[in-house]
Amino acid sequence: MKHLLSTEGIDPAAATAILDTAAGLKQSLEGREVRKLPTLRGRTVITMFYENSTRTRVSFEIAGKWMSADVVNVSSSGSSVGKGESLRDTALTLAAAGADCVIVRHPASGAAHRLATWLKHTGTSVVNAGDGMHEHPTQALLDAATLRERLGGLDGRRVAIVGDVLHSRVARSNVHLLTALGAEVTLVAPPTLLPTGVENWPVTVSHELDAELPSQDAVMLLRVQAERMYGGPAGAGGNGHFFPSAREYSIAYGLNENRLNLLPGHAVVLHPGPMLRGMEIASTVADSPRAAITDQVRNGVHVRMAVLYHLLAHEEETA
Amino acid sequence: MNPLILRGVRPYGEGDPTDVLIRDGVIAGIGSIEDTGADTDTVDGRGAILLPGFVDLHTHLREPGREDTETIASGSAAAALGGYTAVFAMANTDPVADNAVIVEHVARRGREVGLVDVHPVGAVTVGLKGEKLAELGTMAKAGVRVFSDDGHCVHDPLIMRRALEYSKALDVVVAQHAEEPRLTTGAQAHEGERAARLGLQGWPAAAEEAVVARDCLLAKQVNARLHVCHVSTAGTADVLAWAKARGTDVSAEVTPHHLLLTDDRLETYDPVNKVNPPLRTARDVEELRRALADGVIDCVATDHAPHAVQDKDCEWSAARPGMLGLQTALSIVIRTMVEPGLLTWRGVARVMSERPAEIAGLPDHGRPVAVGEPANLTLVDPDSRWTVRGADFASIAANTPFEGMELPGRVVATLLRGRVTATSGRIPA
Repeated sequence: MKHLLSTEGIDPAAATAILDTAAGLKQSLEGREVRKLPTLRGRTVITMFYENSTRTRVSFEIAGKWMSADVVNVSSSGSSVGKGESLRDTALTLAAAGADCVIVRHPASGAAHRLATWLKHTGTSVVNAGDGMHEHPTQALLDAATLRERLGGLDGRRVAIVGDVLHSRVARSNVHLLTALGAEVTLVAPPTLLPTGVENWPVTVSHELDAELPSQDAVMLLRVQAERMYGGPAGAGGNGHFFPSAREYSIAYGLNENRLNLLPGHAVVLHPGPMLRGMEIASTVADSPRAAITDQVRNGVHVRMAVLYHLLAHEEETA
Repeated sequence: MNPLILRGVRPYGEGDPTDVLIRDGVIAGIGSIEDTGADTDTVDGRGAILLPGFVDLHTHLREPGREDTETIASGSAAAALGGYTAVFAMANTDPVADNAVIVEHVARRGREVGLVDVHPVGAVTVGLKGEKLAELGTMAKAGVRVFSDDGHCVHDPLIMRRALEYSKALDVVVAQHAEEPRLTTGAQAHEGERAARLGLQGWPAAAEEAVVARDCLLAKQVNARLHVCHVSTAGTADVLAWAKARGTDVSAEVTPHHLLLTDDRLETYDPVNKVNPPLRTARDVEELRRALADGVIDCVATDHAPHAVQDKDCEWSAARPGMLGLQTALSIVIRTMVEPGLLTWRGVARVMSERPAEIAGLPDHGRPVAVGEPANLTLVDPDSRWTVRGADFASIAANTPFEGMELPGRVVATLLRGRVTATSGRIPA
């Protein structure tokens, strides 16, 4: 594996290998006082974040550091990007400066693919840390790791992905990965927040959350992505007229305590964060033991360690 | 200027090769022509097809403003090499061609270069802002025959109505870039399954079709003439067929790229494939070809839109829309229309030359290949194959979605009023 750009068309065996590596890393680090492995000593990992991020950037940074890589963070403010440098020039600069791997988050769909094209001759690996509305593959991997942990596996498990599917790279990556790993995915959203052609995706589509909850093993809430909603005044709900109001959205698609009780007892609640509490998820639900949200963050570090391992330390075996 | 004999050419690709004598910019004889003396120039046609010179209703020459991507000189050379004898230079320059000073400048630069008749298009509204009519009458007096806010839609129905109505007295045509802006805010690609999967904000077909339908209704209402730029969807072709059937005075163009390419080009995220309106589906392509063959769509126009490398070799959403077209148009029309049997060479003459000249009201272009007619001509070798290399184009910009494609047909020579403006891929000294 040279790059990790998307989960579309991912080989289930390759995905499982990453998840197994992540589980192994988690086990070997658990309870250890010094959480540091020498695996990527001397390797340089650069994160390039062109969108605000807390968990993903920090998670990649910690993952690199626990693997003993040298991690450098570049953000769009405080770098030459602020002076108008193009993405291409920035990427070539970072590769020339010695990056073995660049991890990119960018508001443009396809940015990571473009980067991989530009860096084709440099040997630098590219990891997509979220490109526009396209994909966020490591998020899907950490969601899969969390579900495997909680449910004992993914094959035949039923997962509902609820909310703003249209603007969600998390939803796209999860649909590809979870279905590749044998899960049955149901997308639940108003028609305005579903992508064109979703009827041809390998998923079930529903507009009725209450009807779907009793049969699910997991439910994944998506943030309503106001920053990607064009065509109207700012403000939850009204922005782009995708739905009438935050209140109506919350009534129809928010996971509150009553809805939590519709889920089977073993079912897990996921949210990729950041959460809009009171909108797509009630605070009590987010903080309940049914929610695996902090597990997701914890697993995110191990999954990203595994990804860096497979890209940088494992290349001769999987190339 | 010496008399010129085109030896062994086939007008409209019909009949046996014959000779064509051109004297004083006019076709002086067709048939077996004796040598007229030592001062006669000769082009050896070798059976090539002789057509009326092509007319492009939709070209971006970028001057003034973006001379780093194209100039009137480089664009004129590209046009001549592509077989064109007249081009219409769109108004979205910097400054905008929304006044007589700019349009006269563009026309004068075109005459100075002299490779192709450069007709400036005037803006419909001041600054292309869609808020206030530009001085159409003054620009018409300065020679403008086509008005367009191309790049932007004249989206306000009242302003569009007035533009159509007002233009009636000027013997000009308003060409609409049909795009309802409320439906395309942030749009990046054809709204369909592919763009949705790739996370590219959709440009819905209805945003074009709704404006075309509205404008056809307005044109009929005020009994005015309307031209529709770069038709890109099957639905627009349906709307045009309906409007024409009920007597609307509407004409329409389609670009070569919309006849050939589809949104499967999105998969690489390479912005050489980014264009507005966007590349559509295979079904749209099929229906557009059929509509062009049937005359529902009147003509081919290139929407030749040069862009600098930094505006194309970047991430998709940051890239500017548009592609080069002047030097590939003929070959793509051959590939998409002639080879599948949808158009004869008479048909090529119609869609590349006669109809665009009629729509713009050019009296001396798109004329029959006949004695006494102006010698604005294009000589085409239909059997030649060539591989597209953007770097070899006369345009300053070099990026093209057709890079590396092998295409049929080459321009052997282009004649503007009897003078050879391009021959065998070169501009004569």
